[in-house]
Amino acid sequence: MADKNGFFDLSKTALTRRTALKGLAAGAGLAVAPGFVRYAQAQSSAPIKIGFQSHRTGIGAAYGRWYEKTTAAAIKAINAAGGINGRQVEVIIEDDGTDPGRGAEVVGKFATQHKTDIVFGTLFSHVVIGSAPAAGEAKIPYFVVSEGHHVASTKLNRYVFQPGITDVKSQIQAMAPWIAGNVGKKVTMIFPDFAFGYDHRDYLPPALKAQGADVIAQIAIPPTESSFTKYFPQIPAETEVLYHVMVGPAVLTFVKELGEFYGSNRPQLFGFMDSLEATDINSPGLEFLDGSHFWEGSPRYAQPDDSAAQKAYRAAVGIDDNGAAVGDPKDISTASHMFGCWETLYVVKKAMEDAGYKGPEDRAKLVEATEALTEFAEGPEHPQGPKTFNGKIHQCFGIQNISKVEGGKLKVVHKTKIEDGLYEAEGDYTTQAL
Amino acid sequence: MSEASPAKAYALHLGVIALLFLLSFLLPDYYHGLLARIMVLAVFAMGYNILFGYVGLLSLGHAMFFGAGLYGAGLAVIQLGWSVPAAMLSGIACGAVLALVIALLALRTTGVAFMIVTMMFAQVFYLLVLYFAAWTGGDQGMVVPQPARVLTFGATALDLTNPTVRYMTALALFSLMLLITLAIVRSRYGRVLVAIRENEERTKMLGYDTFSNKLAAVVVSGTICAASGAAYALLFGYVGSSFASVQYSILPLLWVLLGGAATTLGPLIGTLFMYYVIDITSGYTSAYLLIVGIALILLVLFFPKGILGSIRQRWLGWLP
Repeated sequence: MADKNGFFDLSKTALTRRTALKGLAAGAGLAVAPGFVRYAQAQSSAPIKIGFQSHRTGIGAAYGRWYEKTTAAAIKAINAAGGINGRQVEVIIEDDGTDPGRGAEVVGKFATQHKTDIVFGTLFSHVVIGSAPAAGEAKIPYFVVSEGHHVASTKLNRYVFQPGITDVKSQIQAMAPWIAGNVGKKVTMIFPDFAFGYDHRDYLPPALKAQGADVIAQIAIPPTESSFTKYFPQIPAETEVLYHVMVGPAVLTFVKELGEFYGSNRPQLFGFMDSLEATDINSPGLEFLDGSHFWEGSPRYAQPDDSAAQKAYRAAVGIDDNGAAVGDPKDISTASHMFGCWETLYVVKKAMEDAGYKGPEDRAKLVEATEALTEFAEGPEHPQGPKTFNGKIHQCFGIQNISKVEGGKLKVVHKTKIEDGLYEAEGDYTTQAL
Repeated sequence: MSEASPAKAYALHLGVIALLFLLSFLLPDYYHGLLARIMVLAVFAMGYNILFGYVGLLSLGHAMFFGAGLYGAGLAVIQLGWSVPAAMLSGIACGAVLALVIALLALRTTGVAFMIVTMMFAQVFYLLVLYFAAWTGGDQGMVVPQPARVLTFGATALDLTNPTVRYMTALALFSLMLLITLAIVRSRYGRVLVAIRENEERTKMLGYDTFSNKLAAVVVSGTICAASGAAYALLFGYVGSSFASVQYSILPLLWVLLGGAATTLGPLIGTLFMYYVIDITSGYTSAYLLIVGIALILLVLFFPKGILGSIRQRWLGWLP
C-alpha cells in the first residue's frame, strides 16, 4: 500500500508551440528507445487503484487502524492470487479525519487527483453521508463499510454501495427474536442521544413487538454525559432485559456505575459490540458484564467451530485467538466490523471481473455489475458467513452472532439466519441515471 | 497605516477576483474543486473578520451563524422542496435573524464574557440540531438531493453540481462579499467600528452610539457567515451537525489570524494557507495537525499580525 500526495500536476497547463515541439521530439526519441515496448506493456497492465478513505485521525482512529490492516491483508491475498482481471491492485490512503467535510474533499481528491478507480472503506455514518454527494457528482463508485442504514435507505445515490457488512436495521431486526425468546420480554433501552442510538431506538421496538415482547422504557443519554448514575433510577423495576448501546470512552464508566447501582441482582443485559470494539473485555470495571450477551458481526474470539476460511482470514489479518494483534495482546481489534473491508474488496473484485472493468471509463459498467450480484457464498472471500445482496438498495444481508461473556471471553451462543434480517426495500437506486 | 486611493484598493480587489476567475481555467481538477470550497469558507472567515478584525469582538460561536445558513438553506430544500434561490435567501435570513437575537443578548457583555456567551449560544444551537434529529438528521446529517441543486433562470438551468458552475457560483458569492466588505471597511461606518475597537469609551464620548454600531456589526457578520453556510449546503450537498460544532467556531478565528485580522483579503489568504498545509501534510503523516500547530506558532511568533497584516505593517501600509 502506498500513501501518495501530489501537488499541482501539469496535465492541464497550456500547451505552447515550443513545448509541443519538444514533446514531439521526446516522443519520437522514446518510441525508438529499447525500453518503449516494455513501457507500453506496463501501461496496459497498470494496477487498479483503490482510494481508501481512512479514519486515521479523529474519533474513528481505532477503527481506521484495523480497517487498514484488514485491507492490506485482503489486497495482499488478492494480488498473490493474480489480482483483478490480471492486474495488481494498489491502495492509496487518504485520512479523512473522521470528518464529513474533509471526507468529501478526500473523495474529490481520489476522483480527480489520484484518479483511483473506486473509493472504499469509510465507516462512520456522518462521513459516509457527507462524502456521498461528492462520489455521486464525480461518478466514482464508493464502497463503504459502515453498517449504517443510510445506504439501504436509498437516500444517497447510485454510486454508493455497502456489500460487505450488514446494516444496523437488519442487525437489530435479527436480534429481536432471540432476545424475546431467550432473555426476556420486558426491555428497557439505554442509548446515546444521537444518530447511532436513534437507529436502535427506532428499529428495536417494532422488531420486539413482532415477537410478543415490549420496550417498556427508552432512556437517551446526552452525548456530553460523563456520569450515568442519575439515569438508572429511570429503569422500571419490572425490566427483564437492559438493552445498552453506549459507545465511546464513557462506556467503561457506564458499565462500572451500572454495576455499582445493581450489585449482583441485575436484569439480563444485552449489548452491541460497537460499545467495546478495540477495548479489552477484561478491562477493570467490565467484570459486571460477565454472563451478559452481545451482538457481534464477526466473533472477536476464535470459536471451536470456526471454519477453515475464518481461521485463514484471522491469520492473514494477524489477530490471535483473543482477537488481539498477534504479538501485542493489548492491541484489541475491531473484529465485529473490519471483516467488512475484506469481504467488500472481494465483492469489488467479482464485480470488476463481471464487468470486464478496464479503467475509469467503465465505472458505470462496474455499478451495474455490482447491482447484478445476488449472493456471496461463505468461504475464503466471505469468511464471516454467506450473504445475499439486494442490488436495488445496494445493501448486503447476512448472519449475525450472539455471544455470551464467559470467563473473560466471548462465546458465540447463537447465529441468526439471513432471513431474520431481511426487510422491505425502501427505494430503488437502479431507477437513478448513471 | 496610510490611506490608499479608492481606485488602488478596488483595483487590487478586482485583480484578485480576476485572478481567481483565471485560475478556473488553469487549475487541475482537484485544486479547482478545492478552491471552490475554499472561496465559500473564506466568505465565512470574511464575516468573522468584520466582528473580530474591525470591531475587536472575539466570538467563539460563529459556527451557529454558519450553521443557521447551512440548515436554513439545506432544510428548505430537503424538507420544504424550495428552489435554490429561495433556499439561499432562507439561509441568509435565518442567519440574520439569529445574529440579531444573539447580538441583543450577547452585546450586554464584553471581553472574555462575550467569548463565553457566544460559545454557549453556539453550543445551544449545536445541541438543538442534535435534539431535533428527526428534521435535521442529527449528527449524521442529510444529503441535499442532487436533482434539487439546480439554479433555474427562465429556460436556462445551471447545475450546481457541475464543477465549473460550482466554481463560478462560489466566485460570484466570494466577489460580492469581498466588495461589500471592502465598501464597509472604507465607509464612515467602518471607521466607527475601528474606533470602537481602538477605544470604545472615547468613541462614545464623541457621540457615537456604540451599542447600535456593534449590533449592526454582529448582524452583518452573522449574515455573511450564513451566506457562506447556505452556499456550502447548496454547492456541496451536505448539511451536518459537525459544521455547527465548536471546531467551526475556532476555524474562522484561525483563518483570520493567519491571513491577517482587519485586512479584507486576509481571510482568503488564511483559509487558503490552512487548507493547503493540511492537504499537503496529511499525505505524509497522520500527525498533520501537529504540523499545522507548529506552523501557527511560528506565524504568531514571527508574523503576529498574520500574513497580510505583517505585509501591511512592513511594506504595504495602504492595504485595506
